[in-house]
Amino acid sequence: MAKWGMTIDLDRCTACQACVTACQAENNLPPTGPEEADRGRSFTWMEMIPFAGEGEHPKVLERLLPRPCFHCENPPCVKVCPVGATFLNEEGIVGQIFSRCIGCRYCTTACPYTARYFNWTKPQWPEPMGKALDPDVSVRPKGVVEKCTFCHHRLQNARDNARAENRPLKPGEYTPACVESCPTKAMVFGDMADPNSEVSKSANSRRAYRLLEDLGTKPKVIYLREGD
Amino acid sequence: MSVAFQKQPPPPIKEDAILLEPILHTGGRFYFTVSVLLAIIAFAVFAYSTQFRKGLGVTGLGRPVYWGFYITNFVFFIGISHAGTLISAVLRILGAEWRRTITRSAEVITVMVILFGVGNVLIDLGRPDRLMNIIYHGRFQSPLLWDVCSITVYLTMSTAYLYLPLIPDIAILRDHTNKWHWFYRMLALGWTGTPRQMRVLERIISVMAIIVIPVAVSVHTVISFIFAMTIQPMWHSAIFGPYFVVGAIFSGIAALICAMALIRWVYHLDEYFKKLHFNNLGLMLLAMCFAWFYFTVSEFLTTFYGNEPAHMAIFWMKISGPFATHFWTMVVTCFVIPVAILSRKRTRTIAGTVIASISVNIGMYLERFIIVVPSLSQPRLPHASSVTYSPTWVEWSILAGCTAAFILMYVLFTKVFPIVSIWEVQEGREKSIAEVTERLKSYLPEPQSAPPGVSTRPLESMGVAQ
Repeated sequence: MAKWGMTIDLDRCTACQACVTACQAENNLPPTGPEEADRGRSFTWMEMIPFAGEGEHPKVLERLLPRPCFHCENPPCVKVCPVGATFLNEEGIVGQIFSRCIGCRYCTTACPYTARYFNWTKPQWPEPMGKALDPDVSVRPKGVVEKCTFCHHRLQNARDNARAENRPLKPGEYTPACVESCPTKAMVFGDMADPNSEVSKSANSRRAYRLLEDLGTKPKVIYLREGD
Repeated sequence: MSVAFQKQPPPPIKEDAILLEPILHTGGRFYFTVSVLLAIIAFAVFAYSTQFRKGLGVTGLGRPVYWGFYITNFVFFIGISHAGTLISAVLRILGAEWRRTITRSAEVITVMVILFGVGNVLIDLGRPDRLMNIIYHGRFQSPLLWDVCSITVYLTMSTAYLYLPLIPDIAILRDHTNKWHWFYRMLALGWTGTPRQMRVLERIISVMAIIVIPVAVSVHTVISFIFAMTIQPMWHSAIFGPYFVVGAIFSGIAALICAMALIRWVYHLDEYFKKLHFNNLGLMLLAMCFAWFYFTVSEFLTTFYGNEPAHMAIFWMKISGPFATHFWTMVVTCFVIPVAILSRKRTRTIAGTVIASISVNIGMYLERFIIVVPSLSQPRLPHASSVTYSPTWVEWSILAGCTAAFILMYVLFTKVFPIVSIWEVQEGREKSIAEVTERLKSYLPEPQSAPPGVSTRPLESMGVAQ
């Protein structure tokens, strides 16, 4: 059984935010506009989190860290869900059942990475964006929680193709939109259970670390430290 | 035997006739109060319908402050509900005779306010239409499910605990009034006050009084678990269970004092809610005040001494950051004011205890607020937008509406059932005075005949100079 995971090499990342945009287009994230964004209502399954920069104004070295859902092996959000609307599947993906979620927002408060989003209102797209929605991803109704799914629909498509051709899934066949869009190949995605996969080798780097590792959540998104 | 009305015409209850007054006569003041309360409730219903149509976007909530007023209301209202059942049960078990006139008014608070505690969780749901998923797909790993269970048990038991001691009084209403005869006859369950019925009732009440205490303690512990089970800074704390329970009893006593003062004033029950009751409850409030302060100090000192960055970020938000006003107001209203008023006999009057109680209730609301909101305001990871939560008109209206609806239900209860237990007062007059004398004698050592060789004049034998 595959364990899907990701590494993000911060030496390569230029903080261009292509991953953020690719994710929004791929997963039908509604644009909320600046006013609502200021109130914490924007949707950024892949978010650039700003860390305190080094140096003094005007020569500041800003640090931005791309942050998807970490698909923790010990996910604090899954534990607290009263209806099983969020779950950790066998392949390590933390999924969300939009049609079951009751919108209590316990998972959003329990996630130490604030990687979960809530539909405060009915999602709306300005014309003609509403006509360009991804048919593979359901549009979420108001009142439910949503999150990065590692583009789970892409796994389903890739698996369907493999099944149609009566062959196993090939490495690299399933890649989330953010990874695919990265121009500097800073992100590597694949099967962490396979020690020979590119992502496993990358995760074994000496520069590898996880965010808030001491919480014991065991994220499957691993960063490669900047420097050396 | 107080109310043994078998076949013969019921004896008059002229001594306590004033207790039936609110049920038999209704003045203009009642209709005025009810219409004001209904107006507030109607506005809250409008506010909620707005939220239902447009989604939770009409609140001040956002990422990362996912919980705000509604969850604060939930914790606060369930806290208030500890007034009744717990205080009444403890006083019954201890055989505190001064309880007789006040237990009913306390028990009603529990049952009425718990509905609004639960109601606020439902209001907070993004998809209330999917509520039944909690039954269909319930996962017992979630502390929310623990809450569903413990609150259901608590509500059921509190309702039974309110209803059982009501039965003899309902029978009095059935026998002495012409109002809604069918209604009271149905609820009286054929009560005639025979010695056997009386024995069974008192047995059940005393058993329930004992069972209901662990249930009440567990309810607020489980509510604290909602927060404590997460790993969020200043929520993930083992002290939260007892801290919440103490806060609940604290605000519960304060709510009871306010309710009693209102009933006393509106229905002229000065003879039933005496200065003594307010004095005794004031002393209980003072004791809880110190208990609450002890827990607060423990909580903050442990955090401060440990000095973990994620926890300290929340700590400083409360002490000197955006929630400092809330925090210091809480310290003043929950500790400084009540201690100043209640620790002196001269100020521990009815007015004094009421002022202290209002102050405590304001403070305890703030306490619940600064437990819920600051921990969410400063997530562990840096954040692109900094959101300061402030409730909108919808949230304020729903808070006002819930409070008004609680008061309305309480008022309506006093118009249908006696708010002071008539039979328990009568029992106190007829039986307990003798019983208490007997009981007091049993506490003291029996006078014994002196063994041989010991002088029958004890003072002399002990060398006490005459």
